[in-house]
Parts: sequence; C-alpha cells; structure tokens
Amino acid sequence: MSILSVKGVNKRFGGLKALDDVNLEVAEGTVHAIIGPNGAGKSTLLNCLVGRLEPDTGSVMFDGKHSLLGRKPHEINQLGVVRVFQTPEIFTELSLLENVMMPALAKRDGAFNLKAWGRLSDQKDVVDQAEAMLMDVELEENRHIIASSLSRGDKRRLELAMCLVQDPKLLLLDEPTAGMSRADTNNTIDLLKRIGVERNITKIVIEHDMHVVFSLADRITVLAQGHPIVEGKPDEIKGDPKVQEAYLGGAHL
Amino acid sequence: METTKQKDFVLLAIFSLVVLTAPFTLLPFGAAYPDLLQRFAIYGIFAIGFNILFGLTGYLSFGHAAFLGVGSYAAVWSFKLFSMNVILALIGGVLMGGVMALLIGYVSLRRSGIYFSILTLAFAQMSYNLAYSVLTPITNGETGLRVLRADPRYIDSIFGDASMALPNLFGIGMTGLSGFYFCAVVLIGVFYFSICIMRSPFGMKLRGIKTNQVRMNYTGFNTRPYMLTAFVISGMYAGLAGSLLAVTDPLAGAERMQWTASGEVVLMTILGGVGTLIGPFVGAVIIKYFENIFSAINEQTLHSVFSFLPEGLQNAVVSITGLFVGDGWQLTLGLIFVLVVVYLPGGVMEGVARIGRIFRSNGPSSDGQTAKPQPAE
Repeated sequence: MSILSVKGVNKRFGGLKALDDVNLEVAEGTVHAIIGPNGAGKSTLLNCLVGRLEPDTGSVMFDGKHSLLGRKPHEINQLGVVRVFQTPEIFTELSLLENVMMPALAKRDGAFNLKAWGRLSDQKDVVDQAEAMLMDVELEENRHIIASSLSRGDKRRLELAMCLVQDPKLLLLDEPTAGMSRADTNNTIDLLKRIGVERNITKIVIEHDMHVVFSLADRITVLAQGHPIVEGKPDEIKGDPKVQEAYLGGAHL
Repeated sequence: METTKQKDFVLLAIFSLVVLTAPFTLLPFGAAYPDLLQRFAIYGIFAIGFNILFGLTGYLSFGHAAFLGVGSYAAVWSFKLFSMNVILALIGGVLMGGVMALLIGYVSLRRSGIYFSILTLAFAQMSYNLAYSVLTPITNGETGLRVLRADPRYIDSIFGDASMALPNLFGIGMTGLSGFYFCAVVLIGVFYFSICIMRSPFGMKLRGIKTNQVRMNYTGFNTRPYMLTAFVISGMYAGLAGSLLAVTDPLAGAERMQWTASGEVVLMTILGGVGTLIGPFVGAVIIKYFENIFSAINEQTLHSVFSFLPEGLQNAVVSITGLFVGDGWQLTLGLIFVLVVVYLPGGVMEGVARIGRIFRSNGPSSDGQTAKPQPAE
C-alpha cells in the first residue's frame, strides 16, 4: 500500500515551471529516492510535501486519508511526516538531551500542551526515551553538552535522532550527506540503513550523491525539468539511457 | 539533574536572605532607605518578568511599560472602588496586565524580530496617549489618578472603615519598611515562580523557540500559543510591578507608560544578563541605584570627597567628575552600559561567572574540571 501519493502536482514560479505534472507513489516500508540534476525541482517537491510551499494544482495524500496541502508544518509533523534538513536544523543552544527531549515531548503531548509546572527531569519517560535514542546514534556520552559544539557529522546524527525519536511514519531526507566527508557519509549511510532495518520507517531521500542513492534506495524516481522521467529499481535506473541523458549528459554511471 | 534542583533551592535561599537583609547590608552604600529599597524590589519584579519573554524566547518587547501603567491604574481603581487592602489591588493589577498583554500579544506575535518590537512599541505609545488624553475619565489625564477620601470603597464601607485612605495589608500600613518587606516577599515569590518556569518543559520549549523556531515547527509544536503564554505571563509580572508602585505610593500617571520606561526594563535585563535567573534583578538594582544615588551627588559632596587635594587640583577634579553625577548620572550609566555590552555581552552575570571560573581553576580544590554548561543560566 502506498503511504504517500502525489497526483498531478504543478508549481510555477513566475515564468518558470518548477514542477510539471508530478505523480509519485511511495510504498510503505520502502526507501524511495528522488534524484535529478540541479534545478530539476527536487527541493520544490519536498517543500510541497511539508507545508512550506503550496502547489498550484494537484493533490498530496498521506496514508490514504490525510491531504498534506494547506497544512502548517507542525500539523504535518503531528501526522507522522518528519523532515531532515539539508543543513542540520537543531537547537544549538540546548544540550543534546534537551534536543532529543523536545521532539519526544511533541510526540507525547501534541502541538500545544503548556506544562509550565514540574521540572524537565521529572518527565521520566521522555528522558529515558531521549537517552535511549542518543545511545542508538552513539552520542549518549555527550548528552549534557551544548549542541553547537558538535561536528557537522554529529549534528546530522543528532538531527536524525531528533526525527527518529518521534517514530515517524514517513521520514523525508533532504540531501542527508551534503557537505560531508566520505567517512561521515558512510557513517550516515550505515546509520540510515540500520535504522531502516530496525524500525521499518518509510523514507524519501533527495540526493545528489549517487553512492548514497544506490546504497540506500529501494526505488528511484528521476526528475528532469520538474517532470518525473523514469521510475524503477536502482538497477533499472543505472542502465536507463534516458536517465544518463538527462542527468549526466550521456556519460555512463 | 537532582543537583540542579538543590542548586536552585540554594539560589532561592541566598536570594531571599540577600533581599530580606537589604535594609542592613545596603546601609554603607547609602541605599538602605525604604523608598529606594521598594523600587529595587518592584523594578526587579518588572525585569524578572520581562526576562521570561525576552530572555527565554528572544522576542524583544519595546512596550512593556504599558502593562506596568495598566497595573498601576488597576490598583488605584481597586483602592477607589473596593478597598484599600493591597491584596485586591495586586490581583487587579496582575489581571489587567494579563488581559492587556493578551490583546497586544495576540496581534504583535504575528510578526517576529524588529517588526514585533515595533508593534509592541506602537501599542505602548497608543496606550500612553489614550491614558493621557482620550481616557481621561478613567485615568484622570495628566494630573494622574489618585485616591480620594470621598471614594466609595464599597468593600471597606461594609466593614465600616471606608475613610482609611492609605493602602494597607489587613491594617498594616504600606509605608516605610513594612512596605519594603511586603514588596520583598512578593519579589521572592515571583522569583521562585520564574525558576519554576525556566526549569519546566514549557521553559525548554521557549528556549527552543529562541534557538530555532523553524525546527520547533517541524518538530510538531504550534509555537504561537507558547509565545502568547510567555507574553501574557511577563505582562502579568509587569502588571504586578505596576500595582506595587501604586501600593507604595497610591498614584498612577500616564508617564509610567512612556517608551522610556519600556526602554529602561530592556536596559536592566541586558545589563544584568539576558536569560539568567538573577541577572535582570541585578540590572534593575544597578539602574535604580544610579538613578537615585548618583543623581543626588552634588558639587558640595564632591568637594568634601576630594578635600584632601590642593585647592586648584580639587576644583579641576570636581568639575570633571561633576559631569558624571547629579544631572549627569545617565552619562555614567551609559558608559557602564557600553562597557558591559562590549566586554561582557552576557551582562553582569557573565562577569560573575567568569570570576567564579577563575577562582575555581586557581583555587586549592581545583581538579581541572571545567564548568559544565547549565541550561538557562
């Protein structure tokens, strides 16, 4: 069953057609990669899924019954669609533990629940959950450190922990390894793979790095000039001449 | 985390001790007279409340004097209509401060950054002008609202003492030291309340909004109601401070709402340390001390201080230092403010923390451990 179904989505910016009749079905439990050259509309598509942009026409249905259009980011998150940003968006002035407690609180208490009484440390279930999550991404030793002091790779790790602690139904990853060293990239791939196996979370990955795409994805959609030109398994995509034409100007993958 | 609980308790105990012994400990500084002590406590409350908004969420309101003024008017009306008992006046001040903050905050929080600041400033100036002119029947315009012997005081008249025209706490007068101790107890109470907020999940969410509002939204939080709650709470603190001003001196004037008063609380908070627990209170004390003590120093006092110098030199020194005292006290304050902002961006409390660190690393009990970062401190 498809968890996300995008039908006939169009988006124009003035004279530029950023998305041109995009149809996309993402099956539950799979990793679906969206690739394409610069300016193909990958980020625009992602922004249409999380409430940052509103498509001109078309529909985006989540889980068969919720339209994601016209909803605010926090409402989309509360439905179970969680986003990882291109540059890690974390709470730099808070400790790692607090960084992970925040989404755990949002998951437990909903979009607004004041809780002005009682100390943070009294929220035992949330503290335990956050500590276990930090253990999972191997950051538990630093849990009382302020997040701004982390390296780029560790910040990405932390952001992943913040997204995963909410146990999302759909995880959107916007170039999760952009600007990372080869070692950090491989670590992140390993982490994403491990989490994929352990938790069975559906993921949409937008990525430039072919190495990342082919080691993670179950299915790949190729966008070119705002339109999906091919969709298929990684092996099929690798050999497809249309993809090589659009993506690499004829060079071989 | 249990240790921060103990630390907070120790902090509260020390804070209470310092506040309650102020009438004795401030004697050498010439600041131990009740009038000034009351002002320390009241503006301390104002700044602590302001810090809940500015310190935790980073939203800089330039209109908090509106809530201070509304609190004063509400308290004086409570004196006029119901009773000279101060408890009612405080409740009235807090409620009106809160209601006013709800209205202004609801609109202003639709914008952030400089636009938010400008909106709050505009609302405060509108309130000031309304109080000064249009709303004269309620505010008594430029004369100011005062308590009159002929006021009805319906609750007091039931108990047969409506003629008592001084604010009191069940018969205890609010002038002099008893007035200060009343303010001090309220101050300690609301200081404890601010610690609770900072340490609660709500406090963490407010800090989250300050650090990364985008992430807060994508984490599933509807941030605006949290912001509005913080805004209303800080408005209630300001209303409380305003009503205490009326308690110690039962008079309310529109000038209390002017933008200079809004700016003053911003200065207090920044000077003391934005986002720290006691910084805003320290900033309030420093500014009120300068306002009252430095402005009272005149040439005679300077001549007697420098009397050990030869005549000519004495005159020169007096004429230079004279620029910084008396009417020039704001010059001194401005210089201190510049120095603090440039060298101690975290305010006076950052200075205290730095000194503490030096002692810890040089002290005999040093074990090479660096200070652990503390949330909200």
